[in-house]
Amino acid sequence: MLTLECPYCGIKADETELAPGGEAHLKRQGPGASDEEFEGYMFARANPKGVHFERWRHAMGCGKWFLAARDTVTLEVYGTYPAQTAAPPKALMEKIEKRQSDRGGK
Amino acid sequence: MSARLEGWGRLIDRSEPLTYSFNGRDLRGYRGDTLASALLAAGQVMQGRSFKYHRPRGPVAAGAEEPNALVNLGQGARFEPDQRATTTELFEGLVAESQNHWPSLDFDVGVVNNALARFLPAGFYNKTFMAPRGAWKHVFEPAIRQSAGLGRAPKAADADRYEHLYAHYDVVVVGGGVAGLTAARAAATSGLRVLVMEQAPHWGGRAPVDGGEIDRLDPEGWVRNVVEELEKAKNVTLRRRMMAAGVYDHGYLIGYERVADHTPLDGRPRHRLWRIRAGRIVTATGAIERPLAFAGNDVPGVMLASAMRDYLVNWGAAVGRRVVVVTNNDDAYRTALAMHEAGREVAAVLDARPLVTGALATRVREAGIRVLEGRAIAKVHGRKGVTGVAVTAQAGAGGAVEEIGCDAVAMSGGWSPVVHLWSHCGGKLVWDEAQALFRPDPSRPPTGADGEGFVVTAGAASGALTLAGALADGHDAGKAAAKAMGGKVTRKAAPKAEPEEAQPILPVWIMPAEAGPELKAKMWLDFQNDVKVSDVELAAREGYESVEHTKRYTTLGMATDQGKLSNINGLAVLSQALGQDIPATGTTTFRPPYTPISMASIAGEARGELFQPLRRSPIHDWHEANGAHWEPVGHWRRPYTYPRGAETLAEAVNREVNNTRANVGLLDASTLGKIVVKGPDAGRFLDMMYTNVMSSLPVGKCRYGLMCSENGFLIDDGVVARLAEDTWLCHTTTGGADRIHGHMEDWLQCEWWDWKVYTANLTEQFAQIGVVGPKARAVLEALGGMDLSKEALPFMHWAEGELAGIPARVFRISFSGELSYEIAVPAGRGRELWDRLVEAGEAHGVMPYGTEALHVMRAEKGFIMIGDETDGTVIPQDLGLNWAISKKKEDFLGKRAQERPHMADPERWKLIGLETLDGSVIPDGAYIVADGVNENGQRNTQGRVTSTYFSPTLGRGIAMALLHRGPERMGEEVEIPVLGAGKAPIRARVVETCFFDKPGAKQDV
Ligand SMILES: [Zn+2]
Repeated sequence: MLTLECPYCGIKADETELAPGGEAHLKRQGPGASDEEFEGYMFARANPKGVHFERWRHAMGCGKWFLAARDTVTLEVYGTYPAQTAAPPKALMEKIEKRQSDRGGK
Repeated sequence: MSARLEGWGRLIDRSEPLTYSFNGRDLRGYRGDTLASALLAAGQVMQGRSFKYHRPRGPVAAGAEEPNALVNLGQGARFEPDQRATTTELFEGLVAESQNHWPSLDFDVGVVNNALARFLPAGFYNKTFMAPRGAWKHVFEPAIRQSAGLGRAPKAADADRYEHLYAHYDVVVVGGGVAGLTAARAAATSGLRVLVMEQAPHWGGRAPVDGGEIDRLDPEGWVRNVVEELEKAKNVTLRRRMMAAGVYDHGYLIGYERVADHTPLDGRPRHRLWRIRAGRIVTATGAIERPLAFAGNDVPGVMLASAMRDYLVNWGAAVGRRVVVVTNNDDAYRTALAMHEAGREVAAVLDARPLVTGALATRVREAGIRVLEGRAIAKVHGRKGVTGVAVTAQAGAGGAVEEIGCDAVAMSGGWSPVVHLWSHCGGKLVWDEAQALFRPDPSRPPTGADGEGFVVTAGAASGALTLAGALADGHDAGKAAAKAMGGKVTRKAAPKAEPEEAQPILPVWIMPAEAGPELKAKMWLDFQNDVKVSDVELAAREGYESVEHTKRYTTLGMATDQGKLSNINGLAVLSQALGQDIPATGTTTFRPPYTPISMASIAGEARGELFQPLRRSPIHDWHEANGAHWEPVGHWRRPYTYPRGAETLAEAVNREVNNTRANVGLLDASTLGKIVVKGPDAGRFLDMMYTNVMSSLPVGKCRYGLMCSENGFLIDDGVVARLAEDTWLCHTTTGGADRIHGHMEDWLQCEWWDWKVYTANLTEQFAQIGVVGPKARAVLEALGGMDLSKEALPFMHWAEGELAGIPARVFRISFSGELSYEIAVPAGRGRELWDRLVEAGEAHGVMPYGTEALHVMRAEKGFIMIGDETDGTVIPQDLGLNWAISKKKEDFLGKRAQERPHMADPERWKLIGLETLDGSVIPDGAYIVADGVNENGQRNTQGRVTSTYFSPTLGRGIAMALLHRGPERMGEEVEIPVLGAGKAPIRARVVETCFFDKPGAKQDV
C-alpha cells in the first residue's frame, strides 16, 4: 500500500485516499487523428520495469489530480508534481537520473 | 506418559488453577498454561488427527508452527474451528474438542483412509478430476466428503467485538525475544517513536528456556530489566499477544492483537487489527526448528526437541518418562540435559553426525547419557503413542542395529529463520551452506518510498543462532533502523553473552540416507496434510520440477501452518529428487498473514449497520413511515414502491403508474446528481463533455444531454439547465454523480487546465421532487407563489421563485411523458415541500410513486436508462440517439472513437421495442435467438432484452432490446427462449421504442 505526497495539500496520502489514473503525459488525439495515433493514445500504455510516470487523484482529500514518478521495481517515489504540465519538471528528471546512476554504481 | 512436574514451569501460576473441558471431559490446568501444555500435563498427548489419513497426532511444536493440535474452540456464537492448542491460552471454562475424527478421537472411522493410503498418492485430486465423470460423482466425491475438512464451520453470528486501530511509528520491532528487545532498546535511545510487538503472552522468546548469561544475568532477569526500562520510556509502546501478520508496500504493516482471547466476556474487543505505517521494521522473529524425516515421525510423542524443552521448562509438562533424542546439530542436546535434570530418563541421543565433539554433547556425556554417533531412527514403534525406536546407521538403508524402548522422541533437524515478513514485500534470501538454512540477504531488502530497504532483520531471524550473535545482531539492527529514520542512537555497546563452542550441523533431509520406498512412505513432511517424502519424490518423477507446482500437486505447505514447520525439508527432498542444489529449487512465496487471523478482525467494526454508510434523502423518514419498499441505488436507499394494505409489490407499482397517468404522482428525485459548471469557458467545456451543444442553450432553458467516454461509449445522461450566462446545472444519474464530477475534474485539471471553469457537486445541497401527472399544475397552483402556466413556464424551461414560501427552482422536464415539474429546494426544506405537496395534492388524488413506477413509465415512453440500455459497450448511435449528437462540433469526448469503422458498422445491435404476441412479460436479461448453433452447441443470438416490464397503461408486456440491425426490421417476429425445461419460447414483434403518446402531447400542456 503506497504513500504519495499530494503536491497541492502537502499531505502524505495513503493509497486508500487516492484513486489511480494510469499513465501520465498522454497526448490527446481527437478528430483528425489517424487510426494509429488514436489507438496509441487510447490503448497503448507503457509498462516499464523501472520509472513510471503516473496519474493519481487525491480523491478522499483535496480532490486534485497530480502526477508521480515511481519505480515499479523498487517502489521508490522520485517525486510528485501538479498535473498541469505536459512533461515532468526538469529538477525531477535530474533527480531520477542521479538516483539511477547512484544505484548502478553501487 | 506425559505428566506435570513439581518445580518446573516458569510460566504457570500454581496458585491459580483453572477448569476446562476437552472432548467433554473436565480437566484442570493453571493460569499461564496453553491448551496444549495443560493437555500434556494431564497425560493427553494425542490431541487430534491428520486431515487426509486421520492418523492420531499429538503436538509436534509448542508455538505458531503447530500443524497437529488443532481444536474446535468455544460454543455457539463464540465457536471457532482450527485453533492451535499450542497458542491458545488456558482460561477458566474453556471448552475444546479435537478435530478430524468421527465418532471419537480414540476410535475414528476415517482412519480407514490410512489403509487406503497407497490409493491416495500425491496429486490424487488432480488425477481424480481426470477420471471419468461418473467415477468422480459416485465413488470419489462421496468418500472424500465423508472424511474431508478441518474443523466445523461456525453456525451462529459472532458475538464478539473487533476493532481496527491506525498507528504510525518510526521503528517497529517485531518479536520480543532478546534480539528484539536489544534492537528496541538501541532504537529507543534515539527518542524516535518505537513499537515492540510480541506474538506470545510473555517477553523473552527462547532465551529463558535455552539458558546462558546476558551481561552476567540469567536471561529471565535480563529480560525483566529491559522490559521495565522500555516500559518507562515515553517513546516506546510495548504490546504482547500481537502478531505481525504482513508487511506491505512503503512500510505498511498489519498487526493482529489478540486482546481478549484469554479473558473472554470481559468487555474488551476480542481482536484488534493494527494498521501501521512504519518508517523502518525490525524483524526479530526468531527461528523455527525443523523436524527430521524418519519413518513414523508423526506418532504422538514424537516432537521437536525445542518443543519438548519448552513444555518442560515453561509449563512443567514432561513429555515422556523415557526419551530418545535424535538430531543432526548441537541444540537438541539442551533438551537431553533438561529432561535429565528433570529426572526423566534419556535413553540415548542419536546423532546423525559421524563424530560428535560439541561442548553441549560433552555435558550430555558427562551426565551419563549415551550419545550414539552416526546413528538415525529407522522407525518409530507405536500407533497412538511411542513405544520405542529402531536405531540404524544414518549412512545406511535402515537395517536395525538396536531397539530402544521409549515413550517419547525429541527430534531436531536444525533451524530455519522466520523470514516471512522480510519476504512479504520482496526481500530476497540466500542459502547459508554452513548452517543449512535460508536467511535474508541484507543486500537485497524490500525497498520503500525512499528507495532504501525498510526491513532490517535481527537475531535468529538473520541467521544469528547463538545467544551472543543474536544480541550483537539485534543491537546493530536497532541502531541501523533508528539511524535510517534520522535518529541518533546513544547506546554504544550491545549486551554481551559468552560465545558458544558449537559443532556445525550436518544437513539431513532423509533419515537414514539410503532409506527405501517403504520407509519413505512413512516419513512425514507436511503433518497436517499428510504429505510424505514419497509424495514429493513421486511429484518429481511425474515432472513437477517447480517448487510452486510441487506444492500445489502434493499440498505440501498448504496446511494451516503454511509450511512453517517443514517446507524446507520438503524442498530439500525435492532438490535431492531432482538432483540439484537447494538454492536452485528455491522456496515457495511467503504470503501474509504470518499465522491465520480471524475474518472478524478484518471486518473490524464494519458489520451490521456500520457495514456501509447509508445515504438518506431529506425525505427518507417520510418514505419509511409510509411503508416504502426500499431499493438500494449506490449508497442510497430509494423507495421502489409504497405498497398499501395487502397489495403485492407489482400491484402497488401498477396503482402508482395508473394514478400518475390519471391524476398526479410525487417522486423523490433528490438523489439525482446536480453539478454546477461555471466560468467564462464553461460553455466550451460542456461542449466537450456532452455529445450535443450546450453552449448555445439559452438562459432559462433545459436540454437533454449525453456524455460519452473518450472511447466513445455512453456513460451518463441527464438534463442540463442554463442558469446564467456563465453557469450551467448538469443533472446526472443517481449513481453517476460522483463519478461524473470526477470525470469533469479529470479533464479540467489534466487536459484543459488553462480553461476558466469551476465545477461543484451540489447533489446533497438540494432536495428535488417530481410532481407528475395531468393534475400536477393544479397541485402546484394550490401551493401558490409562482406562475407555472404553459405560457409562463413552457416545456423544457425552468424558473426560479417561491412555492409555499420556500425558495424553489422549477424545471419543466418529463421522464414519464406526463405534465411534469421537478422542483429543487434547499435540502433542509425538502421535507417541508413534500409535506405541503401531499396536503395540497390530497384533493387531486396525489400518491407518491417509487423507482419501479418511474422505470415503467419511462419504458412506456421508450426513454433509455443508463445501466439498462447501456453496459459500457453501447454508443448513443446504438440507441437511436443520433439526434443528440452534434454534427457541427469539431470535437467532443468520444467523437474520434465513434468514427472507427466498428462503431459506424450497420451490423451493430440497435435499440428497438418488443411487443409480445401473447401480451406476456419477457424475463429480464433474455436473449433473442437466431438460427443455428455456435461451436459450443448453444443457440446463436441476434440481440438481447435491455428493459422489460408489464405496462399497466397498455395492459401488456413491453420491452426494449438491442437487436441486430433492429430499426430496419420493424414488424418482424423474433423468438426469445425462456429458462426451464419444456418451456415454450416467447414470440415478440419488433416495434418502435415509444409505446405511449408518440407525439408527446401529454407532457406539453
Ligand atoms: Zn491533496
